[in-house]
Amino acid sequence: MWDYNPKVMEYFLNPKNAGEIENPDGVGEEGSLACGDALKLTFKLDKEGRIADAKFKTFGCASAIASASIMTEMIKGLTLDEASKITNKDIVEKLGGLPEQKMHCSVMGMEALQAAIANYHGEKAKKKVEGKIVCTCFGVTDIEIEKVVLENNLDSVEQVTNYCKAGGGCGSCRGEIQMIIDKVRGKKEEGVQTVPTHKKLTNIQKIQLIQKTINEQIRPLLKAHGGDIDLIDVEGSKVIVAFRGMCSQCPTAEFTMKDVVEARLHEFVSEDIIVEEQTV
Amino acid sequence: MSRVIYFDNNATTQVAPEVFEAMKPFLTELYGNPSSMHTFGGQVEHYIRSSRESVAKLIGCDSSEIIFTSCGTESDNAAIKGVLAAYPEKKKIITTRVEHPAVLAPCRELQGLGYKVVELGVDKDGQINLDELKAEVDDDTAIVTIMYANNETGVIFQIDKIAEIVKSKDVVFHTDAVQAVGKIPLNLDKSNIDLLSLSGHKLHAPKGVGVLYIKKGTRISPFIIGGHQERGRRAGTENVAGIVALGKAAELAIEYMEEENTKVKKLRDKLENALLKSCKDAKLNGDKINRLPNTTNISFEFIEGEAILLLLNQFGICASSGSACTSGALEPSHVMRAMGVPFTAAHGSTRFSLSRYNTEEEVDFVIEKMPLIVNRLRELSPFVK
Repeated sequence: MWDYNPKVMEYFLNPKNAGEIENPDGVGEEGSLACGDALKLTFKLDKEGRIADAKFKTFGCASAIASASIMTEMIKGLTLDEASKITNKDIVEKLGGLPEQKMHCSVMGMEALQAAIANYHGEKAKKKVEGKIVCTCFGVTDIEIEKVVLENNLDSVEQVTNYCKAGGGCGSCRGEIQMIIDKVRGKKEEGVQTVPTHKKLTNIQKIQLIQKTINEQIRPLLKAHGGDIDLIDVEGSKVIVAFRGMCSQCPTAEFTMKDVVEARLHEFVSEDIIVEEQTV
Repeated sequence: MSRVIYFDNNATTQVAPEVFEAMKPFLTELYGNPSSMHTFGGQVEHYIRSSRESVAKLIGCDSSEIIFTSCGTESDNAAIKGVLAAYPEKKKIITTRVEHPAVLAPCRELQGLGYKVVELGVDKDGQINLDELKAEVDDDTAIVTIMYANNETGVIFQIDKIAEIVKSKDVVFHTDAVQAVGKIPLNLDKSNIDLLSLSGHKLHAPKGVGVLYIKKGTRISPFIIGGHQERGRRAGTENVAGIVALGKAAELAIEYMEEENTKVKKLRDKLENALLKSCKDAKLNGDKINRLPNTTNISFEFIEGEAILLLLNQFGICASSGSACTSGALEPSHVMRAMGVPFTAAHGSTRFSLSRYNTEEEVDFVIEKMPLIVNRLRELSPFVK
């Protein structure tokens, strides 16, 4: 049995703002019957452009109903600009927490809100067009996965499944989801750290630093995928490496090289480094 | 919680008061080990023997064919893996898409180890095609394992015909009868079933005891080794209290078999007919005729199962659902999907499973509350027009 807190149960048992507004200013729909949950959000604006009323209809479990209901309360009185900044995390916080496997319910709330705002601006729900579908079972795109990873600080495929369902069906896309996580995490760490100002290095120092970065920053990442990396040579700003184990036959090795190895070396050694794979 | 209306007897059952009384002494003064040389321990063996006889009587076999295990899942694992170990040259397993995970998971694990696993599909009634089975059973087949009755829908398979087909090809046949035993009469002496699993807690014995029936002459290697118990076929000191409890539960099951198929069936039918009539977009799942007398599985379209269960729970009503959300999985029940139940209905499938302890007042109470719950969730649903 799920461990729902009293607030979630209250919003499930006595949901506020259930229903549908007639002639709404914005309508957002998310999810589908096939996926097991769906949400239709409608809102109306007042003269100053603030959300005067919002209502929801939900097909789904207790947490889906509670998430939608509390969100309608949260957005009332906000301008569309303010409302568009609400994330699934805000919804979860307001509910006092949701079971980890139910996070996707809060994400559905946020997505329906964004779709409704887009609808007001005369745009079509852009969900299915933006990005490329990674999880075909639930129709989740790479952009959506990147977004939940970034906003909720996720670091495992299981968490991604809990938050947006991707990977929860046949499971064939789990490898791809892992790569998205790695990519986003690489970027995020970059973003958080102040760009290091690289000191002028001697050749020896530079090679040592490259080796150290590979050992400490890059190898553990590749090892997690059953791979490895060796530093072969350094010629000026050109770093030549060889991929071992799983990484050597990985069809996406180029992606790994470009986005992970190079990014780390730029970050820790020098901005002008170019990574090349050893040709046999 | 004040009042509990327990309509989830396919999940587990109440321990019968008589069963609890029977097992008590073995948790208190009669704690001896039946394998001991002294009278204090040795006397316990007598009770195990008589329990074995009671279980044998319930399923119509010889008591030497009864092996006590720890649960239905162990029995299923022991049957499948034990037969494969006894026939190392054969590499094929035949089962169905609607089995309990206790069968499906070991089969899929074995598939990963190089076995060929055939999962037969079912029609909209939940029945397999016997010709398809006939065509699949070949010389390479080590075991065919098909459940007696489905836990979610209560659909009873044509087990006698299935066993006959398998027997005619000289292949071992196992059936997971965890849901059937105690609810419908069985007579294994007159059947071609080689192996059968049953579980105590589904028939008013406590959790932690099960049985694997092994027909005389069936080649099978032991699953758990390390002791001479159960004549070397299942090692481990006997769960004496559980075994005695199961014996008593078997006696009671024989006594109440008639009631199960009259009184319980009547209550189930009353509940089912009323809900199908009073709730909008309600549909029965599975074969209406060939079905356990205690089970009904109804889909309430456009609303979701977990929400239904939580609202039922507010009234103390216990049921279960094939919805994705109730299990933490994201896809609805594999049984519903195998039967081709559309997604629109699978997520709202709800199972009510009764027992002889349920009353007509309880059924009436659920009949009164269910339409309210359905309407309330339908009002919230964006799919109801």
